[in-house]
Amino acid sequence: MANVLVFTELHDGKVKPVTLEILGKLTGNTADVAVIGDIAADQVAELAKYGAQNVHKLKGSNLDKYSPEGYSNALAEFIKSKSYDYVFAGATSMGKDLFPRLATKFQAGLASDVTNFTMDGGTFAGTRPFFAGKCLAKVEITGPKPHFITTRPNALGMNPSPTAGAGTAADAAANAGEIRAQIKEIIKAASTKVDLTEANIIVSGGRAMKNAENFKILNELADVIGATVGASRAAVDSGFAPHAMQVGQTGKTVSPSLYIACGISGAIQHLAGMRTSKVIVAINSDPDAPIFTKADYGIVGDLFQIVPILTEEFKKLLGK
Amino acid sequence: MNIFVCVKQVPDTETKITPTSDGSFIETSSIKWIMNPYDEFAVEQALLVKQANAAANITVVRVGSVKDTEALRTAMAMGADDAILVEAGDNLDSYSIAKAIKGAIDKTGKKPDLVLAGKQAIDDDALQVPQILAEMMNMPGVSVIVGFELAGTTLKVKREVEGGALEVYEINGPCVLATNKGLNTPRYASLPGIMKAKKKPMAQHSLADVGVSDADRRVKYSGFKLPPEKPAGKKFDATDAAKQKDVVAQVVGLLRTEAKII
Repeated sequence: MANVLVFTELHDGKVKPVTLEILGKLTGNTADVAVIGDIAADQVAELAKYGAQNVHKLKGSNLDKYSPEGYSNALAEFIKSKSYDYVFAGATSMGKDLFPRLATKFQAGLASDVTNFTMDGGTFAGTRPFFAGKCLAKVEITGPKPHFITTRPNALGMNPSPTAGAGTAADAAANAGEIRAQIKEIIKAASTKVDLTEANIIVSGGRAMKNAENFKILNELADVIGATVGASRAAVDSGFAPHAMQVGQTGKTVSPSLYIACGISGAIQHLAGMRTSKVIVAINSDPDAPIFTKADYGIVGDLFQIVPILTEEFKKLLGK
Repeated sequence: MNIFVCVKQVPDTETKITPTSDGSFIETSSIKWIMNPYDEFAVEQALLVKQANAAANITVVRVGSVKDTEALRTAMAMGADDAILVEAGDNLDSYSIAKAIKGAIDKTGKKPDLVLAGKQAIDDDALQVPQILAEMMNMPGVSVIVGFELAGTTLKVKREVEGGALEVYEINGPCVLATNKGLNTPRYASLPGIMKAKKKPMAQHSLADVGVSDADRRVKYSGFKLPPEKPAGKKFDATDAAKQKDVVAQVVGLLRTEAKII
């Protein structure tokens, strides 16, 4: 049995689902949660449901906004005051930025973007993708403890019957230390949708979308099913969509429950980025497009005709 | 002004990856190597800084095998001044790589003003080296940058986060920046550039030369294998306009009854 800390971020005051995924996998170990700042009682209850024993609220000056230095200093000081074997976080924008820095403060190892793991005998053993998922490898951590791990959102899945923890919340004084790179401003994204890497459903468009304007039909479909819209590299390089929307080896690697590929031929680097999606639907006019080899449901036809019908059928199904 | 750019050499994105029979890594003999695509933005940004600071010197650093020096030669052909190659195996962990880069920079005796690297290498996709390096060098760092504005000694960078939102950072003094696509448009190496690059100095060190040993390894990778293939799915012909509605209704129905996803 290992002593584990899970760092959680909050999004609009809510615990990110990846935290609950991690906690659910830690049944049988002692798991605490650390959060920077305040957290609402209902969110502490949610953490407890998935196994959190103590919820540590790290509070101090200069921690109102994220900074790699401030957050890593505060967390390092807190972790040093305890004796954790492992420290986990989601491989989110923040987790990916923060954890390498944090782990290095302990000259410790970090297994990043892990998609599955076991804790047999209290020892971490993980699996992670390489080459954007073209192959998988086992990952283990050596050297001084604690060992650090980030896990990919949506990859572990939720434990349907987690063992609850005490969920005792308490404040802990934290120190941000010197911050040399400081956030001066946050420019909000045009879209309020959940990020591709955390999305449960993704609708993606490829070169066959022909232009940026045509992404409108994908947005309409996405609105009906609560999806985030993505794009292939071909679509991004053609200027139809920004790079933030790119799925694939030089974009984002995603694993939603449902991935709907519209007019995407399925280049090897795109397939690498979305092949771990649970269910894949592909719409393409070319019956020999490689995307069909990965699709659970392939529809051969013109996306400009199919997508609007799909939107209507989903509306009917969902009673909208 | 001393600028260091970290580059990695990775298999081309169109490469079909084959694990070795013992699973220790992948077959590397017939791979076409390229500079990690995210590193091109780092090289370009260094060149843009140099355009405004003629006295700046750009050193590219790479830790990896010597069988091909494509990435370093490309960076020098684009305009970097010199290069350092630290010879290492292919399957090194991020901690060892960062320590080797720090060791190589220290060995030059130059104090770095700016260190640039791609936000991730598309082989191990670890997203660790720039942040580890910043911590090891006791420098501030910002990753996933898509904006760079240098006014005097104040640097403003934009970091892209979830959903495309941007965090605008202000940094004074030396720092480590990890670059993302969208930051700039990397130039192509010109023919004279390629010729010149052949004569530019390239120092070569062993891992031991830069103070890295097996004891520095923090993460071990093994058991490389291909992901399980999905069983073949169902394919429907909807090229005939009259059939489209039925086909789509059927697929939507299957998503609920068979895949139980919606």
